[in-house]
Amino acid sequence: MTGSSRKTATLRLNGTPVSAGLARGALVVLEERAHTRRDRGSPQQEAALLERALNDARNDLADLMARTEDADAEAILAFQVAMLEDEVVTAPAFSAIERGASAEEGWRQSMEIQIKEYHEAEDLYFRARAADMRDMRDRVLRRVTGTAAAAVPAGSIIVATDLPPSRFLEIDWDGGGAALLEGSPNSHVSMLARARGVPMIVGMESAPLDGHGEAILDAENGMLVLSPDRAATVEFTTRQQAAELARAEEARHLALPAVTASGERVQVLMNVADGSELEKIDPQHCDGIGLVRTELLLRTQDDLADEEKQYNTYRRIMEWAGGKPVTIRTLDAGGDKPIPGYTVDGEANPFLGVRGVRLSLLHPEVLTTQLRALARAAAHGPLKVMVPMVTGPRELDHVRSLLEATVSNLRHARIPCAMPALGIMVEVPAVAVTIDLFDAEFYSIGSNDLIQYVTACSRDSGRLSALQDPLQPAVLRLIHKVVDHATKHGIDVSLCGDMASDVRCVPALLDVGLRCLSVAPAALGRVKGSIARYKTAVTGGQARETRSA
Amino acid sequence: MNEDEALSREARSVWLAHPEGLHARPAIQLTKLAKQFQAHVWVGVSEDGPWTNAKSIARVLAMKTPTQTKLYFTAEGDDAPNAVDALVQLVRSDFKSVSDDGK
Repeated sequence: MTGSSRKTATLRLNGTPVSAGLARGALVVLEERAHTRRDRGSPQQEAALLERALNDARNDLADLMARTEDADAEAILAFQVAMLEDEVVTAPAFSAIERGASAEEGWRQSMEIQIKEYHEAEDLYFRARAADMRDMRDRVLRRVTGTAAAAVPAGSIIVATDLPPSRFLEIDWDGGGAALLEGSPNSHVSMLARARGVPMIVGMESAPLDGHGEAILDAENGMLVLSPDRAATVEFTTRQQAAELARAEEARHLALPAVTASGERVQVLMNVADGSELEKIDPQHCDGIGLVRTELLLRTQDDLADEEKQYNTYRRIMEWAGGKPVTIRTLDAGGDKPIPGYTVDGEANPFLGVRGVRLSLLHPEVLTTQLRALARAAAHGPLKVMVPMVTGPRELDHVRSLLEATVSNLRHARIPCAMPALGIMVEVPAVAVTIDLFDAEFYSIGSNDLIQYVTACSRDSGRLSALQDPLQPAVLRLIHKVVDHATKHGIDVSLCGDMASDVRCVPALLDVGLRCLSVAPAALGRVKGSIARYKTAVTGGQARETRSA
Repeated sequence: MNEDEALSREARSVWLAHPEGLHARPAIQLTKLAKQFQAHVWVGVSEDGPWTNAKSIARVLAMKTPTQTKLYFTAEGDDAPNAVDALVQLVRSDFKSVSDDGK
């Protein structure tokens, strides 16, 4: 644009869209790709690199200290300088480098261990120091990788190797988006992006990004356009206007009950992560809550033991729903969702390991605490309790007897409570195949895990996405079987996986007879719009399956 | 308070009265001062140890020493007596003197 600087040529990089949308803004590279992609030097070179980065970080902090007049800020900075000067703090990183780690791996790993120690301290003062440690860790890492300080202006287009969920939550995404070099559609950050409607692509091609200042993120087609030329900018503007029209259409549907073009009512429920997202959502826009992921609320062992805290959280969700049904899932830890001291460490294959109800039944005291909190919350409205990762009928029977005992104890103690409906998540293929053997009051199909187990494709693997197509016949047939059984026997059935939020999949799910979908909050309007366009298939449930087979 | 009775040639105790205990600010001063000496310098909360490297802010902080604790200092090396003197003086002055009286 300006006459003095040479114009950078437009560059297009492809990636996999994981959260649809369009965004345009200033490019911010959070981690230099060199962070993982650069050639590792000899241990001597890596050690020298870290030594330099530590020096630079100390100098940065000293500069900041010189500029600040606030005694508290100065003390915080002085603490960080002293820590960075301490060999006890830095030596483990250098030892790791000697054993073959890169400068950033060595530093990050040794800092993780120390941060954990502070974070787990009982003394509040020490726990607060963990934040200082993270600050130091990132400052040095930025120096190692040569990245600028990571203050992210609102609405930026962020390029990063990957984004930890906590980092994602710190960023003001208003109008911006993210392109990740790694990541997968099913990672937690992808789920968060979808839930909040932040455009995101993952598995993006890598290329040097120097010199690019502006970017257009096309998370519909999976493309990042750097230094867009006039044609790309015009196309963006046109499509953004079209998207705005579509959004207006979605907004219109959002406030209405979902009804198909053939006049059939479809229940559209909402998936909830930690309850904080409810503040911004009108309860009138959904027919209830189809999934509360309690493992996102209960992150530590203290939380697991805290009945009162759990009860208050569940009660608030019930109150928000105002009499509409709420399904809360018991702790689904394990797999990719560890809780320190609770989940089993070092499993070779955690997705096929001790997770969900398998883990809950190993810790009956933790499960009982949760069931007590849930039974108390059930006094505030129609609560359904869903058990995850059930494989055989006995697991469900076991949980039911614990729930009955819990309710009976609460009643004896004259604590207000109610018996919630008890149902299962259908995600293990064994359950889908033998659904008639389960004495459940409702079924909720967890399509994400069901797909991964049926297709033998890890959710983390971006490379297998073609095999994991939710519309391939094996998955649809299993869903069809479960829905058929439920419909015949008058049992409630819904689907709470990503399929329900994917408008490409919605007609296929309606085809197999499903009339209750639980979707990401950001997808409510879109899914209702898709339902409104749907006409009941004349040939019944097999139609779409035959087409895609 | 008779806080600085000699325990051995180089180990002495002093009463820690700083209201924050041995938290960040005092710990920074303490380790900075300790580093000015050639001697190895240790700090502990009992005369039998365990002993903590008084030049490491991370280790000193990890002691989590609250206020109203008796601190013990010991050192080994050429300037050990001076080091112990200086550290005792720092704590006794409630961390107000990072003066050169330890030289």
